[in-house]
Amino acid sequence: MNSPSSSIEDTQQFDATSNLRLARPVIELEDVRKIYRSGSLSVEALRGIALSIGQGEYVAVMGPSGSGKSTLMHIIGCLDVVSTGRYRLAGEDVEVMDEEQLADVRNRRIGFVFQQFNLLPSMTAQRNVELPLVYAGVERAERRARATAALERVGMGERLEHRPGELSGGQQQKVAIARALVTDPALVLADEPTGNLDSASSADILDVFDELHRSDRTVVLITHEAEVASRAERVVRMRDGVIVTETPVAAGPGDSR
Amino acid sequence: MNLGETLRTGLEAIRSHRMRSGLTVLGILIGIAAVIMTVGLGEGAQSKVSSEISSLGTNLLTVSPGSSTSSSGIRGGFGSSNTLTLQDAEALTSKEVAPDVAAVAPTTSDSEVLTAGNNNWTTTVVGSKPDWLSVRDRTVTDGRFIDNEDVTDHTDVVVLAPDTAEELFGFEDPVGQSVDIAGVPMTVIGELNSVSGSSSSSSSSSTTEDQDDEAIVPISTAADQLFGGTSRDSVQDILIEATSGSTLSAAYQEVDDELLMLHHITTPADADFTIATQQQLLSTATSVDKTLTVLLAGIAAISLLVGGIGVMNIMLVSVTERVREIGLRKALGATPKLIRRQFLVESSVLGLSGGILGAGLGIVGTQVLPGLVNQPMSLSPAATVGAIVIAMAIGLGFGVYPATRAARLAPIDALRTE
Ligand SMILES: Nc1ncnc2c1ncn2[C@@H]1O[C@H](COP(=O)(O)OP(=O)(O)OP(=O)(O)O)[C@@H](O)[C@H]1O
Ligand SMILES: [Mg+2]
Repeated sequence: MNSPSSSIEDTQQFDATSNLRLARPVIELEDVRKIYRSGSLSVEALRGIALSIGQGEYVAVMGPSGSGKSTLMHIIGCLDVVSTGRYRLAGEDVEVMDEEQLADVRNRRIGFVFQQFNLLPSMTAQRNVELPLVYAGVERAERRARATAALERVGMGERLEHRPGELSGGQQQKVAIARALVTDPALVLADEPTGNLDSASSADILDVFDELHRSDRTVVLITHEAEVASRAERVVRMRDGVIVTETPVAAGPGDSR
Repeated sequence: MNLGETLRTGLEAIRSHRMRSGLTVLGILIGIAAVIMTVGLGEGAQSKVSSEISSLGTNLLTVSPGSSTSSSGIRGGFGSSNTLTLQDAEALTSKEVAPDVAAVAPTTSDSEVLTAGNNNWTTTVVGSKPDWLSVRDRTVTDGRFIDNEDVTDHTDVVVLAPDTAEELFGFEDPVGQSVDIAGVPMTVIGELNSVSGSSSSSSSSSTTEDQDDEAIVPISTAADQLFGGTSRDSVQDILIEATSGSTLSAAYQEVDDELLMLHHITTPADADFTIATQQQLLSTATSVDKTLTVLLAGIAAISLLVGGIGVMNIMLVSVTERVREIGLRKALGATPKLIRRQFLVESSVLGLSGGILGAGLGIVGTQVLPGLVNQPMSLSPAATVGAIVIAMAIGLGFGVYPATRAARLAPIDALRTE
């Protein structure tokens, strides 16, 4: 909602191939590895990821199932920690942050859309969306208004009082998106946000992401769909825990690959 | 996030798990009610016994023959040796010797058969002096008590306790009637008041005899006509009343000194008599009941502890069940402190409501149960307040551990748990 970033957009359009140098990176990953150990078995989900995402960038992450996309996203969202390597968020080393700081980062700077939605079943859609605002210390009346606005934005204005159990998969996904947007975060991370949506609502949601992008928010989303990825400025492809290609997408929606 | 919001979140969580919350509250409720009722039962028994004993008169000293402490040869069984005499009792009535003694009643007693017309009744016959009435804190409801003349003249008169009178004469007025005691005809001159009130069939084992069933005769008459015995001057007990509760120990000392002197005993440990205060009786009796109370309270405390462990278990289960929720809350920006607080609020609200409901049930129980089980119960404010505090502490204490555990979880690990 700050000054329209037309200049940045112009620059990106002008020199999209090397936009890493242009904007100051918000996300910087250096040789990040993630090893899951359970007993004697160990799975290396990430095997040395180097990735830099600039302020206001719109990035799509693609790759086959099990390639480590969600794992990467959780690390970027400060929900998980790296096994080795470094992760800097807006120049700050995440590793040295304490729990209070991490909670603050998750609450104010990041909006996360989970692959499995993760809504609280006992709460209504509105209460679910309000939750991040509760921890941000926003008072009740404002919370309700903002939650309602966020739900209306994703086309769920009619379902404020429904509990997750009373909603379809796609509707739950929309509520999860509304919850990620309600705090108006600078960084939106979405793990397959359109995975459960029909093409019409999928298009609506993608419009919302475009809008976020236009207002200088950084957007990273995981997708399996080429049309979705085509909306982004850049596509990061993963396989077996490594990034195989980073393809800049020719700017402008509708223009695939 | 302020405290009101934390409270709201906690209450919401409680409300959304009604069954589990209800069971937790029930566990604490039963524990607390059990504590209040068992303590009430113990204290009720205790105060019943002590009120019965103090109804005998708290200024009372009882001198019995024989030594309860001496290891020397005198012993010969408590109460069996005839070391106390009427002269001893007489000496104690002197204001110079024992200024703090108000009344002295030497007594002898035995079980005898009383006959009036066709009615036979076996009861305790007590030989004593006029002071007996004041020492035992009794009154005469009809006729008169034995007086000094009866004692000096060895008159054949008797004063009956109400139950004895009823057994012998039914609802007729006993005063003026004749009754045979061990074959000796005596005239009834009075009737004593009733002591045990409505519950005439007192089941208390701690008190001496049934005070509503006895017959009092002049001690001289008893020695002459009834009990006989080796020495006419010997008495079984000397009951002494101090001038007041505060002079009891002074009176004790005076009696002790005088009797030691009369009996020519130099070492108090060799005394051939024993002086017991009502206080001693009281403390022996109540200490027995105190043991009972402690035992009952112990059982109740264990049930409370078990209830507490149940609460801890439920809180732990609730955490495990809700790791995903906790992970999500953390992912959305809850600090470990807030998570911990939410769980603390939850568990202390459960603890407190269990405590208050349990106290309510306990209070109702102490009012209703005595009527059903015929046992006195007293409501102990200390136990009630204590129980509520304990319930709160259980809620908090057993909530802290699960809450801390919950707060430590990494968001994504929590979210992955099934
Ligand atoms: N908690 C875990 N313990 C052990 N292995 C794990 C764990 N989480 C993920 N993995 C493994 O890490 C690898 C990457 O998983 P991840 O969820 O990141 O895949 P993904 O790319 O998101 O797949 P999808 O497209 O199906 O969502 C997989 O092989 C998975 O089995
Ligand atoms: Mg995934």
